[in-house]
Amino acid sequence: MSDATTNMTPDPMLEAIVGPTPGQMLRKRIFGHQGLMIGVVVLGILVLVAIFAPLLAPHDPYAQSLMARMKPPVFLGGTWEHPLGTDHLGRDYLSRLIYGARVSLLIGLVAATISGVIGTAMGVAAGYFGGKVDAVVTYLINVRLAMPVVLVALAVVAILGGSLQVVIVVLGLLLWDRFAVVMRSSTLQVRGREYVAAAKAVGCSTPRVLMSEIMPNIANNLIVVMTLEMAHAILLEAALSFLGLGVQPPTPSWGLMVSEGKNMMLFEPWMVLIPGAVLFVLVLAINLMGDGLRDVTAPENRS
Amino acid sequence: MSTTETNHPVLELRNVSKTYTVKQGMFGKPKPLKAINDVSLSLNRGEVLGLVGESGCGKSTLAKILLGLEDPTKGEVRVDGEVIGATDRRTLARRIQPIFQDPYSSLNPRKSIEDIISLPLRVHNIGDSNSQDKAVRDILDIVGLPQRVMRTYPSQMSGGQRQRVAIARALIMKPEIVICDEPTSALDVSVQSQILNLLNDLRAEFNLTYLFISHDLAVVEHLATRVAVMYLGRIVEESSVGGLFDTSGHPYTQALLKSVLTPEAGKGVPDTELGMEYPNPIAPPSGCHFHPRCPMAMTHCASIPPRPVPTPEGHVECHLFDSENDHNTGAPLVREGV
Ligand SMILES: Nc1ncnc2c1ncn2[C@@H]1O[C@H](COP(=O)(O)OP(=O)(O)O)[C@@H](O)[C@H]1O
Ligand code: SF4
Ligand SMILES: [Mg+2]
Repeated sequence: MSDATTNMTPDPMLEAIVGPTPGQMLRKRIFGHQGLMIGVVVLGILVLVAIFAPLLAPHDPYAQSLMARMKPPVFLGGTWEHPLGTDHLGRDYLSRLIYGARVSLLIGLVAATISGVIGTAMGVAAGYFGGKVDAVVTYLINVRLAMPVVLVALAVVAILGGSLQVVIVVLGLLLWDRFAVVMRSSTLQVRGREYVAAAKAVGCSTPRVLMSEIMPNIANNLIVVMTLEMAHAILLEAALSFLGLGVQPPTPSWGLMVSEGKNMMLFEPWMVLIPGAVLFVLVLAINLMGDGLRDVTAPENRS
Repeated sequence: MSTTETNHPVLELRNVSKTYTVKQGMFGKPKPLKAINDVSLSLNRGEVLGLVGESGCGKSTLAKILLGLEDPTKGEVRVDGEVIGATDRRTLARRIQPIFQDPYSSLNPRKSIEDIISLPLRVHNIGDSNSQDKAVRDILDIVGLPQRVMRTYPSQMSGGQRQRVAIARALIMKPEIVICDEPTSALDVSVQSQILNLLNDLRAEFNLTYLFISHDLAVVEHLATRVAVMYLGRIVEESSVGGLFDTSGHPYTQALLKSVLTPEAGKGVPDTELGMEYPNPIAPPSGCHFHPRCPMAMTHCASIPPRPVPTPEGHVECHLFDSENDHNTGAPLVREGV
C-alpha cells in the first residue's frame, strides 16, 4: 500500500488517450455544415467588396451626371458604362451599392459590438452575482423590452439629427437586451460547474474567474447573438434611412437607395429591387452563419 | 504511516451553521434549509478524517465552508487556531486544496491539461514559465499520467484520467490539506480503487492531511484514521475507525455499517433496515432527527434532541448513550406509518 511507485508508471489504460482535440472537432463540424459555409462565403465576399470598394467601384459613387439620369441596368437594355444603371441624379448604381456595403457592415458591426459589450457585462454580472445585481439587471431588461426600438430610434434621431454616428450609437444603446438575456442564462448554467469552484479554491480573483473560466464557456452563445444583432442593426438602419431618419444623403446607404428609388418604383422597379436584394442577401448570409454557429457549437456545450 | 499525525487541529470548525433560503415553486414562501446545523469538527495534522453520510446531509456544504467558498451563517473556521474570514481565500488556497466529485465538471473544457494544472502556479506567481512547465511535468509523473497529455483537452480523456488531472492541480502547490469531496463516486468501479490507492500513496509521500468525504462507509473505512458520521446537517458520531465497528455505536452508524456488508455495498442505507426515505431537510423531524428511521427509537426521541455525549474517541449524539438521561428506560417509541 505504501509503495508509491505502483502509481508512478502510467497504467495501460492511459495509452487510450484518443480522439481529436475540441478544436479539431469544431473545425470538422464547421466544414461539414452547409448553411454555415454558404453564410461565411457570401458574407466574406461582401466584406471584401466593402474593404476594396475604391478598387472595385467603376465610378465615384457621389459623382452626379445630369446627362445620364436613370439609365437602366445592362440586363434591361443599358450599357456596360453603368452595369446596374444610374439613379435619379445620374450616379452610378453599382458604385453606390459597393460603397453601401461599407455603411451596412460598419453599422452592423459597430452597433452590435457596442450593445454586445453592454449586454454581456450586464448579463454576466446578473448571472454570476445573482441577488440584487440580478434584480436590477432584470428590471433594466424589462424596461428596455417595453420600449419599441423603431419608435425610440426615430424619436432620438429626429431630435439629434440623422448621421452615421448617431444611428450607430442609438442602435448600439438599444440592441443589448438579447445579449443580456442570453449571457445571463448561460452564466447561470456555467457558474455552478465545479471548475469554477476549483478556480476560486485556487485563489483566482473574481475578474479572473469571469474572464478565464466563465467567458470562454459562454463565448459561443455570444457569437451567435452577435450575428443576429448585426443583422438586426443592418435592417434597422435600412428602415430608418428609408424613413429619412437614418443615414443622410448623399451617403450611399442601401436603405436610402430603396427610399430614393421608391418614387420611381412603378416605372423603374429595379431601382428598389436591386438594393433590396443585396440587403436581403447580406442579412440572409449573416443569419445562416449565426444559425450554423449555434448548430456547430451546441454539441460541445452539451457534453 | 501516521508518524506525523498530531493532535493539533490544523483546520477547525466551531459551532458552524449554514442556512440556505430556498423557495419551493414559483410562488412558494422562502424557507430556511439548515444544511449545516451547529457543527464543530477538527482536522488534525497528518490524519485522514472520513466524513460519511447520505447524499444531501451537508457534506459538500461543509467542504465548501472549509475551502472558503461559502461563508458560514454562524460560527467560525480556524486555521492553526486563527479565525479565517472569507477574504483570506488567496492565502488559504496555498494550504488547502479540493478534489471534487465529478471530473467531468471540475475541469474547464476550454483549457488544455497544461493550462488546468498550471493555473495555481500562475495565479500565485510561483516561478517563471520554465519552472512552471517543469512542475507540471513532474506532477504528471507523480499522478501517473504521461507527459504528452499536456497538450490535450479534458474531452479527450476518461473519467479516471480526468480525476488524475484534478489531483495534479490540487497538489501542484504542495498544499498541507486536501479536501476530497467524493473523489471516486463519479468513476467506474474499475477505476475507483486506482484513484483511492493513488490518493493513499500521495498522502504518505507528501505528508498530506485529508478530509475524505464519501457516502460510502466502505471507502472511508479503507483510508481514514478517524470518521465523522453526518446526518441532516449534524455530526451524530465521531470516532476512530476501529471504534466504529463497536456494536455499541450510534444507531445510524450501525445502519450504515450494515449497508456496507450487504451485497450491494455503497448503495446508501438499505431502506429495508430503516423503513423510510431520507427526510426533507427543510422540515427535519422533531427531537432526534433520526427518530423516524431509528430501530432503537424511544418515546422521548421524538421530542427531545439528544446532546453530544463525549466518548473516548470522539462523541456520539444519541439518547441511548446519555447516562445522565433518566429517560433511557423509556418504552420503545411507537412509530407511525412504517
Ligand atoms: N446553494 C444552495 N442553495 C440551497 N440549498 C442548497 C445549496 N447547496 C446545498 N443545498 C442543500 O443543502 C443540503 C446539503 O447539500 P450538500 O452539502 O450538497 O449535501 P451532500 O454533499 O452531503 O450530498 C441539501 O439539502 C441541498 O439541497
Ligand atoms: S436518540 Fe433515539 S432516535 Fe435518535 S438515534 Fe438515539 S435512539 Fe435513535
Ligand atoms: Mg456532495
